[in-house]
Amino acid sequence: MKKTIVPLGPFHPLLEEAEYFKLIVEGEKVVDIDMRVGYMHRGIEELSTQKTWDQSTFVVERICGICSTSHPMAYVLAVEDLCGCEVPDRAKYIRSIICELERIHSHLLWVGLAGHFIGYDTVFMWGWKYREPVLDICEKLTGNRNHYAMMKPGGVRRDLNNDDFAWVHKEMDKVIKSTEMLVGAVLDDPVLHARTKGIGVLSKKDAIGYGTLGPTVRASGIPDDIRTDDPYNAYDRVDWKVITWEGGDVFAKAAVRLLEIIESAKIVKQCMDDMPDGPIDANIKNMPPGEGIGHAEAPRGEVFHYVRGDGGNSAVRHKVRAPSFMNIPSFKATCVGHTISDVALITAAVDPCYCCTERMAVVERATDKLVMSGRELEECSRKATENLKKEYGSPTKVEKTVQKILSDF
Amino acid sequence: MAVQGILTVIKFVVIAIAILVLGLITSWIDRKVTARIQARVGPPWFQPIADILKLLGKETLVPEGAGRNVFLYAPVIGLAGMALAAALLGNALISPEVGFVGDVVVLVYLLVIPAIALIIGASASGNPMAAVGASREMKLILGYELPYLIVIATVIYKTGFTLKLGDIVETQALDGWNLWSISGVIGFFILLLSAQAKLGLVPFDIPEADQELMGGVITEYSGPPLALIRITKTMLLAVLPLLMVTLLMGGVQFEGLSILWGFLKYLVIVVLIVLIRNTNPRVRIDQALKFFWGPVTALSIIAFILAYWGL
Repeated sequence: MKKTIVPLGPFHPLLEEAEYFKLIVEGEKVVDIDMRVGYMHRGIEELSTQKTWDQSTFVVERICGICSTSHPMAYVLAVEDLCGCEVPDRAKYIRSIICELERIHSHLLWVGLAGHFIGYDTVFMWGWKYREPVLDICEKLTGNRNHYAMMKPGGVRRDLNNDDFAWVHKEMDKVIKSTEMLVGAVLDDPVLHARTKGIGVLSKKDAIGYGTLGPTVRASGIPDDIRTDDPYNAYDRVDWKVITWEGGDVFAKAAVRLLEIIESAKIVKQCMDDMPDGPIDANIKNMPPGEGIGHAEAPRGEVFHYVRGDGGNSAVRHKVRAPSFMNIPSFKATCVGHTISDVALITAAVDPCYCCTERMAVVERATDKLVMSGRELEECSRKATENLKKEYGSPTKVEKTVQKILSDF
Repeated sequence: MAVQGILTVIKFVVIAIAILVLGLITSWIDRKVTARIQARVGPPWFQPIADILKLLGKETLVPEGAGRNVFLYAPVIGLAGMALAAALLGNALISPEVGFVGDVVVLVYLLVIPAIALIIGASASGNPMAAVGASREMKLILGYELPYLIVIATVIYKTGFTLKLGDIVETQALDGWNLWSISGVIGFFILLLSAQAKLGLVPFDIPEADQELMGGVITEYSGPPLALIRITKTMLLAVLPLLMVTLLMGGVQFEGLSILWGFLKYLVIVVLIVLIRNTNPRVRIDQALKFFWGPVTALSIIAFILAYWGL
């Protein structure tokens, strides 16, 4: 049979960012795959070395809109490793809460996207509907929906308000309930089984051989998780378990992610219950020359950061390795031999990026008086979100727009 | 005679346009119900026509290396076949006595033309995605046509070998709906699934599959040709449920309130199609073929045997 090339990318509805998968096909069957990454190169590592230690936290936060806290997390761990400082307990708990909230919303986002990729738009819409309360929690706790800017070398930038925890508990219960419903709906659907079981099987050997990370390797039955392998934050002080699933197929990956949402929600709840009082920042005074490494478990797997300082105000080398870098080559093992439909599904481990909204405090310059505190601004932002929801919730706005288009036409 | 002919042509055109309007309404119902199922608000009532008008105002792009004429004429041929099918069916419903013997067979043939036109157009576009889409569409036609034809044959058998749509409706008016029998119920579900595949809706939107093939067969189409394809699909969305109403549910009577009753029957089928579309993921082409040639064809044969036994 004649071999032809079907390009998946660099720009394709399946991929939210530019990546190129060259599928070499015989009819519908994929006989070989070639992967090209690097379309999104932004020179973050170089940029980071031109910024101060504190500023770099925000630079790495922009690496990914979804892993927006995992990168700063790994980075501050690396900096703390370099200067050998001990982070206060309260900061550790706050960091855990933010990291787990990120995991929950990231996995829910993935569930929605996976539903979309398989043509199941109802799951897409419902997955994202359930994700919305998690973003509300993030906004309430940190002031931002996506880029939280909570991490800083030595601690966290903002304290959490203990009064908010009762509300967060209530919202978390809702998230657990809706996730359990999603688990039931997705894991029991016979058509979904037919589409995802036995598809893109990543064997244990290949999972280790390719060095895959995160849910990808855990779906192959290997309990690999930085949170237990090299505990950071408060993960060794709360009760939770690493989710693994046998099989290594698309179904197993979906199952691992869905069940991890519930585990993460449990961690968040426990962290809020056990939250100690005390300082949130170790106030690092000087940076010694040397090297530091930090790794954190991002929703997609281990994020690894390496920094080297010469005693100055910024890193002289900063190296970042994101989990997808390790997971993408495993397509060579999982995609070959399947049809184009399945390959689209197997490769669907991609994340879109989001803009973030800016937050600030309004201060009258002449008197240095605080006009609006962060909390009031946060209220403003919530109101704005509510208004947006209201505005786009009513059809009149859409109707008006279309009427305008029609009249222009 | 000539005047008679012109009048018939005008009548056919009017019916085809009426079916298009019905299709646009149905398309809105589809989008609105889908939106409600997915916890969204959904578009306003004029969205389907707005979409088509917008496309008509856009530029027509022909890709380099495409067979220009074939690429551009394919949607026209598809629409022509579709319009004729719509006119034929509408005519049979409005004035059952006028039709001719064998119009069922002609209708079945005409309903395949849009899909075949798409395959030809996609093959002429020279896009690898469209080529894969065309091969999928071809396989899908082979899959669903067999059980679909067996069910139509069953209906023809049940109504005493009538090959005229008008007579099928009238027989049901005398003997009760074809649906009220085991073979009728089986036939109903098979026609429903085939309609899903013919319309290119989930779980059988395999030839178009945005997320895999970027629209597959329609990848390269833009502007007015794409609008023609959309119009064809919109009309198909009205014709297939109407055909099911005609074959199995006693047709639509155009007298007073029974029009509403007819619309209700139509609506039930449309809502079923929308529900199937929103509660399933897309299947693979080999799974679709196995599904249609395996259980569905077996069921259709069983339906035929049951009809032979008078069930």
